Amino acid sequence: MSFLKSKFHHPRLARNELGLTHRDYEGSLSTLCAGCGHDAVGAALVQAVFELSIPAHKIAKLSGIGCSSKAPTYFLNQSHGFNTVHGRMPSVATGAGMANRSLKYIGMSGDGDTASIGLGQFAHVVRRRLDMTYIVANNGVYGLTKGQMAATAERGSTTKKGNKVLWPDIDLATMALELGATFVARSFSGDKEQMVPLLKAAICHEGFAFIDIISPCVTFNNHATSTRSYDYVREHVQEGLIADFVPVASDITTSYGEGESNDICLHDGSIIRLHKGSNGFDARDRQSSLGAIHKHRENGEILTGLLYCDPTYRDMHDILNTTETPLNSLNEKELCPGAHTLNGINNGFR
Amino acid sequence: MASIKSVNECVIRFANTNGTGSASANSMFAKAIFRMGIPVSPANIFPSNIQGMSTWYDVRVSAKDYMARREGSPDIVVAMNAQSMADDVRNVRPGGFLFYDSSRQIDPALMRQDITFLGMPISEICLREYQAPNLRQLFKNVIYVGALAALLDIDFSVLKGLVADQFKGKEKLVAPNVHALELGYQYATTHFSCPLSIRLEATDKVGSRILIDGNTATGLGAVYGGATVVGWYPITPSTSVVENFEKYCKRLRIDPASGKNNFAIMQAEDELSAIGIAIGAGWNGARSFTATSGPGISLMSEFLGLAYFAEVPMVLVNVQRAGPSTGMPTRTQQSDVMTCAYASHGDTKQVLLFPSSPAECFNMSAQAFDLAEQLQTPIILMSDLDLGMNDQLSDALTWDDKQSYDRGKVLNEQQLDEVEQFGRYLDVDGDGICYRTYPGTHPDKGIFFTRGTSRDEFAIYTEKGDEYVKNMQRLERKFETAVNYLPQPILHPANSGSRTGVIYYGMSDVAITETFDLLAEQGHYIDGMCIKSFPFGQPVQDFIDAHDQVFVIDQNREGQMRKLLIMELEQNPAKLVKVTHYDGMPITATFISQFILQNIIATPVKRNTKRTGS
Ligand SMILES: Cc1ncc(C[n+]2csc(CCOP(=O)(O)OP(=O)(O)O)c2C)c(N)n1
Ligand code: SF4
Ligand SMILES: [Mg+2]
Repeated sequence: MSFLKSKFHHPRLARNELGLTHRDYEGSLSTLCAGCGHDAVGAALVQAVFELSIPAHKIAKLSGIGCSSKAPTYFLNQSHGFNTVHGRMPSVATGAGMANRSLKYIGMSGDGDTASIGLGQFAHVVRRRLDMTYIVANNGVYGLTKGQMAATAERGSTTKKGNKVLWPDIDLATMALELGATFVARSFSGDKEQMVPLLKAAICHEGFAFIDIISPCVTFNNHATSTRSYDYVREHVQEGLIADFVPVASDITTSYGEGESNDICLHDGSIIRLHKGSNGFDARDRQSSLGAIHKHRENGEILTGLLYCDPTYRDMHDILNTTETPLNSLNEKELCPGAHTLNGINNGFR
Repeated sequence: MASIKSVNECVIRFANTNGTGSASANSMFAKAIFRMGIPVSPANIFPSNIQGMSTWYDVRVSAKDYMARREGSPDIVVAMNAQSMADDVRNVRPGGFLFYDSSRQIDPALMRQDITFLGMPISEICLREYQAPNLRQLFKNVIYVGALAALLDIDFSVLKGLVADQFKGKEKLVAPNVHALELGYQYATTHFSCPLSIRLEATDKVGSRILIDGNTATGLGAVYGGATVVGWYPITPSTSVVENFEKYCKRLRIDPASGKNNFAIMQAEDELSAIGIAIGAGWNGARSFTATSGPGISLMSEFLGLAYFAEVPMVLVNVQRAGPSTGMPTRTQQSDVMTCAYASHGDTKQVLLFPSSPAECFNMSAQAFDLAEQLQTPIILMSDLDLGMNDQLSDALTWDDKQSYDRGKVLNEQQLDEVEQFGRYLDVDGDGICYRTYPGTHPDKGIFFTRGTSRDEFAIYTEKGDEYVKNMQRLERKFETAVNYLPQPILHPANSGSRTGVIYYGMSDVAITETFDLLAEQGHYIDGMCIKSFPFGQPVQDFIDAHDQVFVIDQNREGQMRKLLIMELEQNPAKLVKVTHYDGMPITATFISQFILQNIIATPVKRNTKRTGS
């Protein structure tokens, strides 16, 4: 099988290891509002997958319902996609993952899709340790149904129409940590530099990787009293651990002094290189990460960057002891016990 | 008082308390009759409770092969439950027998003159024989089976054989169980005049048939049909479908080289997730299923619409129970027919299969995986509690090694290289069924986006009305094609040019031979048709056309199958007469025949016609 494409490309366009250009990873023309954070998330994903040189058809993208869940149409055109029903992408992704363990799965969801209608499915897909990258494009609002508050909107903030948010918010990153996610990060759609390496690491991580990306809704939640507007987020973001992604078999050229960097080695051999920032905490220690998230929250800050990574876990298939061959490619010989065995079974019922 | 006299025709009821271990003794009793070559049909009547409540186990014995529940009272009641004693005594058929534990005196007010009381001090015997309280309880059950063997003339060696089979690998337990059987047997022979006027006699009426419940057969069918991915959530009476699938997978589906599983089962957080898992796997090219009952069907409804509209194959086993809502969770009904036929909002339609026996559960369960992939839509197997959870006398399960799975219209990498233009929803063959691809097949061909929103033939989102209509019409065409793939109804003609017909499905089939015999006694010979699938094909239309009056038997209040026939085939409602039975107990031949006799237009004839059909 060859992944090379015969299409003509401008010679100046950079090519990845598969000889593909950035364009080969793009999607259809976006129909989201101009300036919507979700498009920036999509663009970062395109770049991450391009740079990782993953053949796009070996990725499946799944989503629920919402503007954010529409976004998969606008990236990775050469990947099969499945726009499921509202809040239920995790179960469909689970079934897809069970059927074929050889593909990469990227789930794209919104805060309504994940933190409200889909909160149960989200909790359980985390528990199940499905090998996937789960992205929530978190804008604190229901975009597609025109501006109702989401469960991730902070109490006390107001919607565009002036309604106060009455209920405490749900922090999905904290939840993912509590439920045993083995990779948790938070980012901001306005910070591509941060998003790309985090996405790359999440995709390479074999296990459940969760990224909460604050992704402002320019149409319904970008006003002055919102805590999810571009301006507010920019002012309140605190980057905790700065992470570089070092792919497999690359020459490690930059060197860091003692105590300046810290490597987390992933299953596939790639490395997450952490630079110690002023907000340093131990990203291998769940409690330390939880503590850091809470501390910043109390200070009115949004802690971004890699929050937690544990590469020494077992994923769903390991736990289920599933065969290495994708289940969808097993045939009669492997699956059907045949007539002779059935006769024996019949005898057991006589 | 004259006692009932019968050979190989009777109903024996066991009245027990649940959680006392009576189930295995009772099923040993039924199995012994089966091994004597006598057709037998046991049924559990149990509460939605784990311990301490009344349960009954009715065993119908019929050399005439009448395997449905018999209307009216049992001939013999084995009353082992003090709580239900009053009812149990009252329920014995006049001329029948009450077998009870005489260690405790029966309330004199309960005594009846028209039945025979057979008292045996079972508790006292156990107290004497066994030290441990749990053994005392357990062996009570085995002792009464031994006593019944003497009373009914059951071959004792058959019972010994059953004990040996049951405790294969735990041989230590064989001797004490046989001893308990002997205690009962001996007591009965010395204290009663054995056998009773109701008795059994070995015969050869069972043939190669087996005694198996429908859920076991369904689970096995899924193994044979190549299912690899299951999402499920526990609910009576469907749970044992998945449990059996898992049990047989662990025996038959472990890769010998690696010791790894050629299957994956996920107990989900709810039914939404369960069906989501099945849909995700079906979309990704694995054969997948979920199993549930009424409440689960309601929850799965949104996803069923997605699978219909996005055309994702998957199998859903619905083991129906009495609704609405939580209803009577341990009682049977056929009350999800409508809900399932049109499950989900919008113009949806689903394919339904109606098995009437464990052998059909097996065949249809396996076939459902072919159908789902051929038709690219969910296939719903409509079983019920009676069929699923009770042992039935069934044809043996068969498999033809020469057959292979039909994976439907799926293009592989090579085929994709050859096609000029791929459109996921292009009706290339004109049968409404389009070509699909699995994710990851080809680097740049055959890739598409699956969605529950409207789209054009190339799977591109569209809100254009004409594109939407075109797609909806194609889906309609697909369901016309579907009829050609589905199992067709089974006809039971009376060979008489009868103007009266009766349509039935599922477990009502079990009562039909007896119904026809009862009607024939009154001079009525009517044609029967057992529906096996929905949407209906031409044979169903033809059957209705060929009769002036057609009774439609439903085990639900609404007459759901009748309504479906009226709507789908645009029938005159006056022609289709509703016969409904829905108290949670399986329908009986007496009930059906009495209803028909009261409502039939045709006049009875005098003659002797032999029926054909099976
Ligand atoms: C069962 C169901 N209920 C309600 C809706 C309507 N609905 C569509 S999108 C949406 C909210 C989406 O919000 P979010 O996930 O935050 O996505 P965003 O548009 O903000 O990116 C709702 C309520 C639906 N599609 N399905
Ligand atoms: S409404 Fe908001 S979330 Fe939806 S596309 Fe527009 S900006 Fe994005
Ligand atoms: Mg939102």
